[in-house]
Amino acid sequence: MTAVVDLRGVTKSFGGHRVLDDVDLELAEGTVTVILGPSGSGKSTLLRTINHLEKIDRGQVRVNGTLIGYRQVGERLHELPERDILRQRSRIGFVFQQFNLFPHLTVLENVVEAPVSAQRRRRSEVEVEARALLARVGLGDKAAAYPRQLSGGQQQRVAIARALALHPDVILFDEPTSALDPELVGEVLAVIKELARDGATLVVVTHEVGFAREVADTVVFLDGGRIVEQGPPEQVIDHPAHARTRAFLDRVL
Amino acid sequence: MPSLSTVRRSAPTAPPSPRATEPVPPTGADHPATPPAPHTVTPSVDRPVLAVVPRRNPWTWVGVAGVGLLVAMFVNGLATNPGWDWPTFGRYFATETVIRALGTTIQLTVLGTVAGFALGLVLAAMRLSSNAFLRTVAWAYIWAFRSIPLIVQLLFWFNIAYLYQTISVGVPFGPSFASVETNDLLGALGAAVLGLALHQAAYAAEIIRGGILSVDEGQREAASALGIPRRRQLTRIVLPQAMRSILPNAANEVISLFKGTSIVSVLAIPELFYQVQVIYGRNSRVVPLLLVATVWYIILTTLLSVGQYYVERHFARGSARSLPPTPLQRLRARWAGFATQASQATRRPEQAVR
Ligand SMILES: Nc1ncnc2c1ncn2[C@@H]1O[C@H](COP(=O)(O)OP(=O)(O)O)[C@@H](O)[C@H]1O
Ligand SMILES: [Mg+2]
Repeated sequence: MTAVVDLRGVTKSFGGHRVLDDVDLELAEGTVTVILGPSGSGKSTLLRTINHLEKIDRGQVRVNGTLIGYRQVGERLHELPERDILRQRSRIGFVFQQFNLFPHLTVLENVVEAPVSAQRRRRSEVEVEARALLARVGLGDKAAAYPRQLSGGQQQRVAIARALALHPDVILFDEPTSALDPELVGEVLAVIKELARDGATLVVVTHEVGFAREVADTVVFLDGGRIVEQGPPEQVIDHPAHARTRAFLDRVL
Repeated sequence: MPSLSTVRRSAPTAPPSPRATEPVPPTGADHPATPPAPHTVTPSVDRPVLAVVPRRNPWTWVGVAGVGLLVAMFVNGLATNPGWDWPTFGRYFATETVIRALGTTIQLTVLGTVAGFALGLVLAAMRLSSNAFLRTVAWAYIWAFRSIPLIVQLLFWFNIAYLYQTISVGVPFGPSFASVETNDLLGALGAAVLGLALHQAAYAAEIIRGGILSVDEGQREAASALGIPRRRQLTRIVLPQAMRSILPNAANEVISLFKGTSIVSVLAIPELFYQVQVIYGRNSRVVPLLLVATVWYIILTTLLSVGQYYVERHFARGSARSLPPTPLQRLRARWAGFATQASQATRRPEQAVR
């Protein structure tokens, strides 16, 4: 089985501060990976290297075998032109903590925009699909609303529909419920769980340990830019091998 | 727990509003004698019904009276002082020469605005580019054109033929294939449009750049995470949101360009201000003719301001949960309110309170 996402020796510094330190990670198709770790441990940066929102200093990132952001010439990696990177990104879904919906566009226009402009698909066809996606995340009646007319949970579900509309190979979630009121967290997690049941490949950065235990195939614990341990949730969450993992779990549970 | 509910005071004939009605407590030892009628409210001491009175500021009326007095004095002066010479004003206000000059002024404004903002958009994009060369070129342009007074620049373009009699197309420092007389290519009007547009572009660039910077970085990031092409990110995602902060400044620029076109009178172009000067140079009626120009400037600036209101409203879509009504809609709603009130007043009283 080939890995959908394959990171090898990914290293990244901001100034002199090493934020990712030689990270190796392989995610199989149809699996759910939850990344746990303290604030500032590099979770967002790791996720953002996967779609090249963040350039890396060393190592390589592959999605479905394709090198992301670079072209290999002999022993060197040359950064691709922006046009090519954008094309690669349209196969990788990304859901932000702050939703980042386009406030001046309606919910439907938010979902339709990228498939039409990035993947050059027919608008009429995409609109039909977008309405179906909105119904799937429980917002079939909100197509004409503007994002600010929706609750946080609804906005995040629109953001998920927007990512799905591109038929991505993998969807990356960066703390998708951290900006939500507690009573709205459940509705967003329910949508993510349903995607997992349908066999999508997902990477989720979250502090919801309960969600990780229930849905994750693999839990990755990140600290100081290094993967401290990874494995099935029963192992990493219930029987952590490292003191740092235990200390973190004691704090969040 | 006692809670105070603010209730609009209703007409005395009104039945008590259901919210204020306390459910009748089950009869017990406290109320043995008279069972309370089902719809009476006991205005108990701890739950008074409070009416809400909007805040009023009496000084507003003092201000209104003061300003009203000044306006009345001014209007009186306009009407009674023969110096304003209204008959002359009326004679020239809509004459063909004045209207034609007004057309030239509008033409200069439109061309200067369109070309200026088009070039300004390019310059703004260059200044925000990741390419240091483009950034520097744009910065230098803006620096240069903001430093040179507009009038100097206009005179320079007007006199360009003095420096370069012909303009040639060809190999630099080599043979030329075609050449034209500079004066044929760039007449007075061309020099004016060129000067205004180049000047305007420098200011427009900074206004547009400021607008783009005011858009949340997450918008750009989301667009690029979705793989939306670069130019589309700008035109579809960033600029429409930037328009909200660009527009008020841009409207200022257009209005000041509109009046600023009077500066091209130095090139003897028959725009509004030049033409008015020509006329009062002949008949010495300075004040009424200046008034002709002023009133036209006021009329067109007013139209621009109204246009600005509606364009801004268009770009405010999605920024609030719902847009406030336009003054026209408000007026209409108020009129409709009066109408229904009037028709209700003629109905029977029990209907009127509904
Ligand atoms: N653009 C940036 N410039 C400088 N430092 C950054 C930048 N982004 C993140 N960092 C630093 O990198 C570290 C990891 O950040 P991040 O990946 O956001 O952590 P996490 O998501 O786990 O909280 C933090 O110390 C943060 O301050
Ligand atoms: Mg983070």
